[in-house]
Amino acid sequence: MRGAELIPQTRMSGPMPWVIAIMVAMTAIALAAGLALGNAISSARAEIEGGVTVQVIEPRDDVRNRETKAAVEAIKRLPDIAGLREVPQSELDALIEPWLGIGISDAGANGAGSGAVIPVPSLIDVRLKGPATAPRLVAIEKALAKAAPSAKVDAQSTWLRPVFDAMVSLQVLSISLVVLLAAALAAAVLLAARSALGANRDVIEIVHLLGGTDTQVAQVFQRSIGYDAAGGGTVGLALAMVVILSLGRRFADLGAGLVDSGALVWTDWFLLALVPLLSTLLAMLTARLTVLHALRKML
Amino acid sequence: MDLWAQAGTPFFPHSMLAIAADVARSDQTQHRYTSMIADGEIVHFDNVGLRYGTEREVLSDLTFSLFAGRFYFLTGASGAGKTSLLRLLYLAQRPSRGAIRMFGTDAITLPRGRLPNLRRRIGVVFQDFRLIPHLSAFDNVALPLRVAGHQERDIGGPVRDILEWVGLSDKIDARPATLSGGEQQRVAIARAVIARPAMLVADEPTGNVDAEMALKLLRLFEMLNRQGTTVVVATHDLDLLRKVPDSLIMRLDRGRLADPTGALRYPPRRPA
Repeated sequence: MRGAELIPQTRMSGPMPWVIAIMVAMTAIALAAGLALGNAISSARAEIEGGVTVQVIEPRDDVRNRETKAAVEAIKRLPDIAGLREVPQSELDALIEPWLGIGISDAGANGAGSGAVIPVPSLIDVRLKGPATAPRLVAIEKALAKAAPSAKVDAQSTWLRPVFDAMVSLQVLSISLVVLLAAALAAAVLLAARSALGANRDVIEIVHLLGGTDTQVAQVFQRSIGYDAAGGGTVGLALAMVVILSLGRRFADLGAGLVDSGALVWTDWFLLALVPLLSTLLAMLTARLTVLHALRKML
Repeated sequence: MDLWAQAGTPFFPHSMLAIAADVARSDQTQHRYTSMIADGEIVHFDNVGLRYGTEREVLSDLTFSLFAGRFYFLTGASGAGKTSLLRLLYLAQRPSRGAIRMFGTDAITLPRGRLPNLRRRIGVVFQDFRLIPHLSAFDNVALPLRVAGHQERDIGGPVRDILEWVGLSDKIDARPATLSGGEQQRVAIARAVIARPAMLVADEPTGNVDAEMALKLLRLFEMLNRQGTTVVVATHDLDLLRKVPDSLIMRLDRGRLADPTGALRYPPRRPA
């Protein structure tokens, strides 16, 4: 039934587009957070799943160097080794520099050549073909037992597990927020539709008596709320984009590996663009079902 | 030009007849209606009673038939149940008991989803007009055609024609609030007849207008009736009854049908 708005648009609108705009903005931000966390988790998992760190913890420089070389050779002989890298001293210095300052591992803190101030273990970064399971860790330990008795073997995934668990919890929280916001949107539309139905009861009765069907009446409400939702959704998505891009820039400035790997990819942007569309569809469906349900009580 | 005032003018302009023919073609139930019209009976009430909530019955033991092409006056004192009976006739209310057949269909057991088809055969002029306040005269009159699913391009002509016919061609964009009582009444009548209903039900249509306007409205209803529309007019104006000599009179007295004039000594019954 077109040509004239049976229900005045102003009666349906009111604060509704703004409520929807806020809901869509919050949903898009929560979804973006969830997607970014998902990306970070996937990327980090793929990177460290087969990662093993071998530390040669020996205070004497010469023994440590000898054991490190022997350990590298022993590991190379093992099957299913995808790659291996002895972490250079310069990288180790850079790692401890923020906490202990510079020159800690140099040959003598005062240049007297008396050795490192604090002995720093040497590190070997090993990549396995496949995940670093417990039996494979045991096999590496056995291989190193003779060649480098002071070597300690750790799966990288083991010490990062609490971090992953926390990130997964945050991701679940984000998804829960998206679901709750969708439910809140539906509830807001339901209340608005009921209110509009009450305000326009006389008009609806006249339309019924002139031969109008429930579906025709529902379509009027559905169209009206659809306009509100489409307008509000567009504004909400624009707000969310501003927030997401500015947060993205802030995190990018941190330069941390885990944060960098959480950048959104094009499929994520596509999903975010779907939020106002899905919100509009949800609002229209809610309005339709609410009106049809209410009209069943009328003759 | 006020075609409405010209008795010799054909009632429905050509564009409206095209709409009516379209309705007849598109509605499958029209076939059943046409065959039923052959019998002449379009409405049959059988022992109908109506009560609101737990109050006493406002209508009791109503048994009568209405026939196609007849003109009926429904009269009675205030509170006799005229409006309640009309509400049953235009399907705004279901009775508390009894059976109602309309256009060959059992209106009591009819599912809600099929009521609109039946209602589209009935034009209603409400006592308080019940125009939609935010719509123009044009959109109010166009409403029955829009709910019947007519295309916009097919609606403009008939609506303008009938608004001209009721003398409101210069008020086509006016909202009801800006119209006088008589003008609102004419918009309501235009809305009631635009889709060529088989039956027109009017509740105290002359209650809010002066004597001259009342007579004009009556002539309008007579013209409609001559076009084949069954007309049911509820009124307590006895002068009005005398002005339509061929009419049948149904009198309600405290919710029961009576017949004081002799014109309807025995309420019309289903033909054998």
